[in-house]
Amino acid sequence: MSGAVELTQDEARGGARPAPVLELRDLRVFYGAIEALKGVDLVVREGEVVALLGANGAGKSTTLRTASGMLQPRSGQVLLHGERVDGIKSHDLVHFGIGHVPEGRRVFPRMTVRENLEMGAYRFRSPDRADLDRVFTLFPRLAERTSQLGGTLSGGEQQMLAIGRALMGKPELLLLDEPSMGLAPLIVRQIFDILREINDQGTTVLLVEQNAAQALSLADRGYVLETGAVTMTDESAALLADPRVREAYLGEGA
Amino acid sequence: MSATTSVNVRTARRLRAERWYQRPRWRRLAAMVALAVTMTLVTGAQGSHQDLFFALEENLTGVALWVWLALAVAVWAGREFLTPQVASAVSGSRALASGPLGRVREVWRADRRVRFGVLAVAAALAVLVPSGLDRYWQTVLVDQIAIFVLVAVGLNVVIGWAGMLDLGFIAFFAIGAYSAAYWTGALPVQPPMVLNNFAVIPIAVVTCLVAGVLLGAPTLRLRGDYLAIVTLGFHEIVYLSAKNLADYTGGTRGVKVDRFAVDLGFWSYEWGVVDAMPYYYLLLAFVAVVVFLFWRLEHSKVGRAWTAIREDEVAAASTGVDTVRYKLMAFAIGASTSGVAGVAYASKVGYINSENFVILLSVLVLAYVIFGGMGSIPGVLFGAAFLVWLPEALRSLVDPKDRYMYLGGLLVVMMIYRPQGVIPSRRRSRELKLARSGEVEGDGTTEPAGGRLS
Repeated sequence: MSGAVELTQDEARGGARPAPVLELRDLRVFYGAIEALKGVDLVVREGEVVALLGANGAGKSTTLRTASGMLQPRSGQVLLHGERVDGIKSHDLVHFGIGHVPEGRRVFPRMTVRENLEMGAYRFRSPDRADLDRVFTLFPRLAERTSQLGGTLSGGEQQMLAIGRALMGKPELLLLDEPSMGLAPLIVRQIFDILREINDQGTTVLLVEQNAAQALSLADRGYVLETGAVTMTDESAALLADPRVREAYLGEGA
Repeated sequence: MSATTSVNVRTARRLRAERWYQRPRWRRLAAMVALAVTMTLVTGAQGSHQDLFFALEENLTGVALWVWLALAVAVWAGREFLTPQVASAVSGSRALASGPLGRVREVWRADRRVRFGVLAVAAALAVLVPSGLDRYWQTVLVDQIAIFVLVAVGLNVVIGWAGMLDLGFIAFFAIGAYSAAYWTGALPVQPPMVLNNFAVIPIAVVTCLVAGVLLGAPTLRLRGDYLAIVTLGFHEIVYLSAKNLADYTGGTRGVKVDRFAVDLGFWSYEWGVVDAMPYYYLLLAFVAVVVFLFWRLEHSKVGRAWTAIREDEVAAASTGVDTVRYKLMAFAIGASTSGVAGVAYASKVGYINSENFVILLSVLVLAYVIFGGMGSIPGVLFGAAFLVWLPEALRSLVDPKDRYMYLGGLLVVMMIYRPQGVIPSRRRSRELKLARSGEVEGDGTTEPAGGRLS
């Protein structure tokens, strides 16, 4: 299907591409009898930012949650550096360098900002001082609020905390589920700027977004999902220029 | 008012107005008065079928009503008007933020020596004072207080730390007690070999661990109300089995169980029937060991995992916490503590029947934990000790049939004025503070699981 085609296109373009970090192959995921993913193929290469676009119910979050081990596929494969990891639970996948920022932020409401961040380093014996400093440098707002409870932060600050918490686990690949959800445009810009910075520091990012313009301005490549299948995939610039994308996700056309 | 206005001005005004009786302070007074009337009726004269209104008339015209009302209003007034003043008198200007005990808490946190000193004094008192009590209180101290302190500390792991509401906790206590009876050869069915009571403890621990995992495994997806119902059912299964399988368990007629005894060949000792003190020291040692282990556990990685699970399971999993494993672990650890208490109970009292394990006990143990302060070890120790002591102390003061009503009244007052418990854990206080400010849902134990994990 589309994945196979996409791979050959990559080869046709030539050039030494970085090795894939994450690969999804013909992924099928069910909720009971409902088929949420009908064979999704996707590649995320080292150092890339990849955006996953689509309408509500297209299967974006399902794809992400399958990649992070929260859901198990009925068939198909999830490969991390070429090794199959489907069937491994999310809490174990964390040890393989996958950081998942779940949908709706989900900070620990009654833990302080610092405790939340320390919890992010749960997989290590103790939190790394340097990581903590890095998070506070990326998100100065969190540094001002270290002893404030997570539940009392604003939506944007909670999103920053959720991202910071994931970074504390030293992820190689960061999975983000709608980081712009319910946030003011200015805050979304800030967060995307920081994501750019995180990516520049060497973390590969796979991003689920409804906000297509914002996501594509950050991402190197994008995938468009519709009813559980990839319908389009290209470089961000090409997707942004594509009339179908413009019509469907950027509110233009007709 | 123009015809196009969609807001009915009068209705809006009525809805916006806050009546005096809607303010929290007066609502609390109403609750206290209702409690006073209830207490009057319940602790007063009994009704009869000849004169249906006899009891009502007798109670509401008598002096008891006024005594109760005065008491209720006094508590209310003291709490509403005096506490802030006392607080500011005690700790100066920034009193209101930390409450009347803020200063005490500060000193406690700041100085290690104070903590060790207080603990040492408490330990000394715990060892020395009981030998001065009369025999009746010594028996109460051992048979009930020490045993239930142990059970409550176990339940605290499940409910206070992992946030799983268990209403059938006494089932594990029963399993421990019947394990002791079985392995010491007391039950109608004989074990492969008869063991010493002390040797039964590890067996009971393992049995309860297995039972805890068996109960836990199918219920892990459940939380809050659903889990409560399943654990309730589990308790009934254990209780009814003990009651109805009389050929195996002795049923309601009960069985006699041997006392604790040590025989090392050159030295032997038997915990006697009359003197309760040797049992007291034994149980004190149990409690001390369990409390020490749990205290270590609370601040370990395991404790942090439980806290994370209680706060948000999905987030916990995404930071690398194996939620299934730690929830099972909480169940198993709690269950085995209860099992040890069961062995101690059977071996001390020397007789068990199925009626020792009724559902009321499960509810009471839950009340001990909540009263003392969920998630706080000192709180739970105090809560269990105090609430077990109270009905015994009331035995000579009031109609014995009403004793638990007083306990209930006290719990109601607690829930109105100090829902976090007598000695709350830091986290629990935060929770209630957040709930009051409307930021987060109040009760971690009744919150639905946020999202499902596969």
